[in-house]
Parts: sequence; structure tokens; C-alpha cells
Amino acid sequence: MTRPTTSRSDVAEPLDPAEEPLADDAAARPARWRRALPILLATGIFLVLWQVVSWSGWKPEYLLPGPTVVLGELARLASEPSFWVALGRTLTRAVVGFALAVAIGTAIGLATARSRLLRSAIGSLVTGLQTMPSVVWFPLAILLMGLGEQAIMFVVVLGAAPSVANGVLTGVDQVPPAYHRLGDVLGARGWTLYRHIIIPAALPSYVAGLSQGWAFAWRSLMAGELLVVIPGAIALGNRLSFAQEFGDAAGLMAYMIVILVVGMLADTAFSAAARRLRERRGLATPAERRA
Amino acid sequence: MSAAAPTAARGGLRLRGVSKSFGRGDSQVTALGDLDLDVAPGEFVAVVGGSGCGKSTMLTLAAGLETPTTGSIDAGGKVALMFQESTLLPWLTAAGNVELALQLRGVPTAERGALARQLLGRVRLGRHVDKRPHEMSGGMRQRVALARVLAQDAAVVLMDEPLGALDAMTRDQMHDLIEEVWLDAGFSVVFVTHNVREAVRLADRTILMGARPGRIIHEQRIQVPRPRAMESAPCVALAADLTQRLREEVARHDEADYFEI
Ligand SMILES: Nc1ncnc2c1ncn2[C@@H]1O[C@H](COP(=O)(O)OP(=O)(O)O)[C@@H](O)[C@H]1O
Ligand SMILES: [Mg+2]
Repeated sequence: MTRPTTSRSDVAEPLDPAEEPLADDAAARPARWRRALPILLATGIFLVLWQVVSWSGWKPEYLLPGPTVVLGELARLASEPSFWVALGRTLTRAVVGFALAVAIGTAIGLATARSRLLRSAIGSLVTGLQTMPSVVWFPLAILLMGLGEQAIMFVVVLGAAPSVANGVLTGVDQVPPAYHRLGDVLGARGWTLYRHIIIPAALPSYVAGLSQGWAFAWRSLMAGELLVVIPGAIALGNRLSFAQEFGDAAGLMAYMIVILVVGMLADTAFSAAARRLRERRGLATPAERRA
Repeated sequence: MSAAAPTAARGGLRLRGVSKSFGRGDSQVTALGDLDLDVAPGEFVAVVGGSGCGKSTMLTLAAGLETPTTGSIDAGGKVALMFQESTLLPWLTAAGNVELALQLRGVPTAERGALARQLLGRVRLGRHVDKRPHEMSGGMRQRVALARVLAQDAAVVLMDEPLGALDAMTRDQMHDLIEEVWLDAGFSVVFVTHNVREAVRLADRTILMGARPGRIIHEQRIQVPRPRAMESAPCVALAADLTQRLREEVARHDEADYFEI
């Protein structure tokens, strides 16, 4: 067969001028402070309502102090080393417990996703475990392991791991058939297919699982610190029960604020990670893009 | 990579008595029945046929993604497949998508980056290597997919309506690009399309497929010299003839039967 020549190396790119990429209208994005404004406003309204209820005399001031008193108490607590010891211990437990849950949940999720036998054996178990409030495990954990760190870790891991495993499983299940095909065409099989195509494709669902897992870990940990009081080991949860026992409403509320803030910070971090992931793939919703 | 000195023709594809059935019993569908097809090394074959006549099934079998019910398939080298939807991985940039194909082909890490850039340059995306799929137009995405096919260094390239989702102008430009890349690389092409004029514009030979079961009912060698213009008189005449035959074939089937599903 003769091969006629068509020399087109002189054609300048782009091939077609109509194909300039869509402009990212960064200018239309509201400034950072405009995003923060509604949050500040809501916080302000909440503080005012709290103050009004406190002033109304519905409960005596020593039982229901106003925000100024509580924030003052928080500032005082923050100047004491024991506050930081408690916060440090709680955060360490949370991070270690969550890390363990992520390792175990991911391993179980991947194994379950890849093996039909494992899937039918423990797939529904994972879902079942997820429906069980993790506090329910504490009596058994205490019975088996005594009042100690182990009991707390056990429940934190049990609370969080199923969500993580489920995130992996859902993510792998929802990988479009076209990607499996592409893997076939490109010659990616077995672990290579997982590494380059399946796992990255499953990442958004995995991050959702991590986020939910963290929320369960944090709840389980707070329950654990309220229930499992280890002598000498101060933590946010047991500060809370001490404050209640001593009728220290201001201190109690101050610790509640700390717990709330930690939870919100973690949630913000997970949402930001999820949004970044979706943005990079062009999956962000219009609301996300405006935010 | 100059078009003046094209690579020697390679590839080639041979299908012998290939058939494919899906399902069993009453719900069995014979998508392909006893199909013979020879594609010479370096030859560009375009396949047209009504919807559901088994074109995609034939490519899937030729690519080795599924096994035929009967018959044998021999390809003279590695086979690459390009789809209508580009199936670029959305978490990778244009360069990343091409590099993945290089990596899976076993190209050493140190060479991948430069090679991917070079391939994207060949499809005129040299300035867009760091774009992600969602930042590109449909035409740009198909050019990345074409660069990825080149990265696979296949001897046989199968394309399943790769331009079906593009507007007319972008299509014309893709025709030039596909032709250029093919002349340059020397592989065999089987190009499925529902656009008869596109088939005549690109192919050395057109094949018309009929349905129930899928089979070849007409072949035509296209001897119009390249470069061709789709609206030139010889192309228009050949396209008119092929369109007529396609109409007759479609009319042979009850519409409801033909377009069932
Ligand atoms: N995986 C499958 N399972 C069952 N039937 C299929 C499958 N793939 C294709 N078919 C059937 O085979 C026939 C040919 O399909 P296809 O090759 O996709 O046609 P074309 O690409 O020419 O439009 C159709 O009737 C279709 O319904
Ligand atoms: Mg098809």
C-alpha cells in the first residue's frame, strides 16, 4: 500500500481555537471573610440568646452562668497546666484510636472488596456493626480489659473501623465499569489495577468513610472518658464528670466548648479534604464552587 | 516523527469464523455470526452499520476484552482500544493519563515525563499537559485519549465511534489529526463510525455490517488520494453509495426489531 504524505508539522497549536479551556472565574468567588460572616453572625446570636436565658433567672446563676462567665473560666483553665494535660491525653487517644481504626478498617475493606468469599462472610457484619451504638460495647470492654486505656481504645476502634471499611467497600463497588475496561485495555491487572485505578477512583468515598469514622471515634472516646475513669489519668471527658460532681457549671460548660471546638475543627478539615478532592476531579457542586 | 518518512507498516488483524452470543435459552442474542475479517498491516478500515449490529462487540473481541463464542482472532501485535467517551482518569492531568499508559507498558520512570510531553505535542496539546480532564473540551479529551493510545505503542488500534460526541468542526480537525498520526505511526486501524462520510474520508477500505446476526455485507476500497476533503466530488459519490446500501440494510429489518432494547 502506498502511503501518501501529509506534512502538517507546521500547524500551530492549539488545533482548534474554539477549544480554549473554560475559564476559572476566580473573580466571582466571594472573599474569605464573606464566607466567615454567617458563622460569626450565628455564633453571635447564640451567645446573645444564652446570655438572655442566663439573665432571665430561669435557673440560678451558679447553675446556668452566662457566656462571659464561662469564657472567663475557659481562659482561667487554659492558664493551668492540667487543662493542657487533659486536652493532650484526649487528643492522643483520639488520634491513636482513629489511626488504628483507619488501619484496621482499610485492611478489612480492601480484603472484603477483593474477595467474594470474605464479602459474603463479613460484608453484612460490617454494615451491622455500623448500626450498633458503640457505647454498648463499654460494659463488655470493661469486663474483659478492666478500667483502662485498652477498654477505651477497643471501643473507639470498634466505633470507627466499620465506617472506614464501609467507605472502602462502597468506593470500590461504585467504580464505573468503564474504568475496569480501561484497566483491561491498558493491561493493568490485580494489585496494579487497584493501585492505579480502583483505589484512586474510590478515594472520595474513602474520605467520606474516614470522616464518618472520625465522628464515631470522637463520640466513642467522649463516652469512654465519661464511663471509664482511670485514676490519675485526666482527660477532657472525666474533667466533665468531675465538674458535674462538684457542681462547677462554668467549668463544665468551658470543657463542653473545648470538645465542641475540637469536633468542629476536625470536621472542617475532613470537609476541606473532600471538597479539594472533588474540585480536582471537576465534581464539585455549584454550591461547593461558590463556597 | 516526520510524515515524510513514515514508520514501516505494522499490525494486521485476522478474524476467522468469529461469532458471539450473549445470554442463553430464550433470551440468547447472537450479536455476531460467523464473521471473517482481514486487516492488512498499516491498513485503515472503517466499519459502518446500523445501531446494535455488533460493531462494538467485534472490537471488544478483537481487543481481547471478551472471548468469542466460536472462531479465532489473531492480531499482529499489541492492540489498543479507544472509546467514544474518552475515559480519561479525572484525578490525573493530561500528562498523568499518558504517563500511566507508559508506566503500564513498562517505560522506565525517568523517560515517562518527557515522552508523555512529546506524545501530547503530537496531538497539539503541548501547552495543556497539566490540565485535568474536566478543564478540557470534548475534542481536547479525545486528543489526550489518542496520545494515550500512542503511548501504548500498539500495532493495532481499534476506535469505537471516537468522534461521535464531537461537533462537526472539531470532528474535521480530528480527522486530520488521526490521519496524520496513523500515517506517521504505521499501525492498523479499525474505526467504527455511524458517519458514512467520515468513513470515506479516513479509510483505505469501508466495511458495511448487517445485523441479526452481525456480519459483513459489503466492502469497498477507497482509492481517493490523500489528503482528502470530505466534500470533494469522489468522496461525496462514494459516501452516497454507501449511505444507500446502509439504508437498504436498515430497511430490511423491521425498525422495532432493529432498534429493540
Ligand atoms: N454484554 C452484553 N450482553 C447481552 N447482549 C449484548 C451485550 N453486548 C452487546 N449485546 C447485544 O449485541 C448486539 C450488538 O451490540 P453492539 O456490538 O453493542 O452493537 P453496535 O456497537 O453495533 O451498536 C445488540 O443486540 C446488543 O444488545
Ligand atoms: Mg457500539
